[in-house]
Amino acid sequence: MSSLTDAVRVAPAANPVSQSVRDSIVVAKRNLIRMSRIPEMIIYGLIQPIMFVVLFTYVFGGSMQIGSSTSAVDYKNFLMAGIFAQTVTFATASSGAGIADDMHKGLIDRFRSLPMARGAVLTGRTFADLVQTALTLVVLAVVALLVGWRIGSDGSTNAGRVLGAFGLLLLLGYAFTWIGALIGMSVRTPEAATSSGLIWLFPVTFISNAFVDTSHMTPWLRHIAEWNPFSATVQACRVLFANPGQSPSDAWPMQHPVWASLIYSVLIIVIFRTLAVRKYRSATA
Amino acid sequence: MPGAIYAEGLVKTFGDVRALDGVDLDVPEGTVLGLLGPNGAGKTTTVRCLTTLLRPDSGSAVVAGIDVLKHPDAVRRSIGLSGQFAAVDEYLTGRENLQMVGQLYQMKAKAAKARAVELLDQFDLADAADRPTKTYSGGMRRRLDLAAALVVSPPVMFMDEPTTGLDPRNRQLLWEVIKRLVSGGTTLLLTTQYLEEADHLAHEIAVVDHGHVIAKGTSDQLKARTGGERVEVVVHEREHIQPASEVLRGFGKGDTTVEDHMRKLTVPVTGGAKLLAEVIRELDTRGIEIDDIGLRRPTLDDVFLSLTGHLAEAKDEENGKEAVK
Repeated sequence: MSSLTDAVRVAPAANPVSQSVRDSIVVAKRNLIRMSRIPEMIIYGLIQPIMFVVLFTYVFGGSMQIGSSTSAVDYKNFLMAGIFAQTVTFATASSGAGIADDMHKGLIDRFRSLPMARGAVLTGRTFADLVQTALTLVVLAVVALLVGWRIGSDGSTNAGRVLGAFGLLLLLGYAFTWIGALIGMSVRTPEAATSSGLIWLFPVTFISNAFVDTSHMTPWLRHIAEWNPFSATVQACRVLFANPGQSPSDAWPMQHPVWASLIYSVLIIVIFRTLAVRKYRSATA
Repeated sequence: MPGAIYAEGLVKTFGDVRALDGVDLDVPEGTVLGLLGPNGAGKTTTVRCLTTLLRPDSGSAVVAGIDVLKHPDAVRRSIGLSGQFAAVDEYLTGRENLQMVGQLYQMKAKAAKARAVELLDQFDLADAADRPTKTYSGGMRRRLDLAAALVVSPPVMFMDEPTTGLDPRNRQLLWEVIKRLVSGGTTLLLTTQYLEEADHLAHEIAVVDHGHVIAKGTSDQLKARTGGERVEVVVHEREHIQPASEVLRGFGKGDTTVEDHMRKLTVPVTGGAKLLAEVIRELDTRGIEIDDIGLRRPTLDDVFLSLTGHLAEAKDEENGKEAVK
């Protein structure tokens, strides 16, 4: 015990940007270790999207009209971009629950009493969730290929475009984890964060072009669906994967889906990161 | 010159509740201040204001010579905080927890690693170092939490109810750790509901109630303020309470308090053991059978009771609220 008070020097504050990155990585590492010790969370996180792939493919396939086609194969190729996009947005719930759990257990207090970058606890969490999302996407893509999804089923594409599609999906998922971060900072319990993190995702992901052709919707609903930020990424993925069912709509996001997807995601990050970090600064557990 | 922890007129309100209503503190370097008070008195809020977790509505605070409101980040570099809950990640091992905290105190990865090993040894956690803390006992978790607060050996420490919920053995163990820490020159602010703990560890005690410091001093000073010794009698039968109280009235220097259900009577006296013998003789003469009798000096419990009108560990409706915040 004698060395308890040995002076261990506290380094003076470094360059704020590099400190922020470094602290975020330390926190991300912590969250990744955590996730690796709760493998059932990752497994459950995979079961649901896989179930969606299988159910939608075999139950809806054949009775859905995409453009003028009712072929099950076309629906399958149409569907995957939608399922991928929906899956990445579900990371919102896990990021929200994780942060609410940290609040609940007093860890956020500990972090806030440390001389670390103010945004790093949340940024670290979103980094870790991004890694998990990437992992989920890989597994999901393999399952999709197994049930017969084909890239380039409706035209030609190349590796760069396909990677670009996955990049947009990851960016969308990352943006949504910041919404989760804000939810996590705003609710009292992890349970509340999980349910409030998921509920609103159903209308957002269903009032979109993800699972059905929007041209069959009533006009006002179609309007919402076509301007839905989520739809932009789905459309962009269909374009980049060269899959069928791209919306012919005049709506700007449907005409320029890649740009729309990028702009929407960046906007979400900027807005929700600002709000979440502000909440963190004044948090009271 | 202000001490290592200094606060003046701290005020913090939550809606209608005035959690802090002008708290003044001054803790000289190298000493321990015990912040004593019931749940909801404002102890935790005070600690949260001093550790930069909460911004007071008004007032000023200086910790380790640094203005808390102006330079919170510099304050964070000079303090360690150990809270009411063991704030460690339950899925990380003890070692990983300490390394993470070290790195977030801006230590280099290598230094944080070495420091973690040192602390695990010192806190008798070396054997459990590589187990997730989920598997730790409550006492082990508290020790780890305290170790985390000491990663950079900060000159000023805050401990918010460090032993609440611990069994006596673990409490004793933690007390030893705290004593050794203070003997090394650390300034410590400790909140507690246990009067015994404050008596044991603190150089000076500040009693807080309803967001005020209502009394301050060493344990002996506070006890002296509450008055001297008293005789306490427990009679065998309820019918004897009345006659016994008449006897005590003859000897007492003040009003006799009666706790009916315990058949206990207490009266302030002067005269010590000699007087006690006389009381016993008189009770015996009157045929009052007694179960217990003794001369008592005031405890901090008495101090608390006389200052606040209620016991330290009592919880009432209003007090319950702040604990949630």
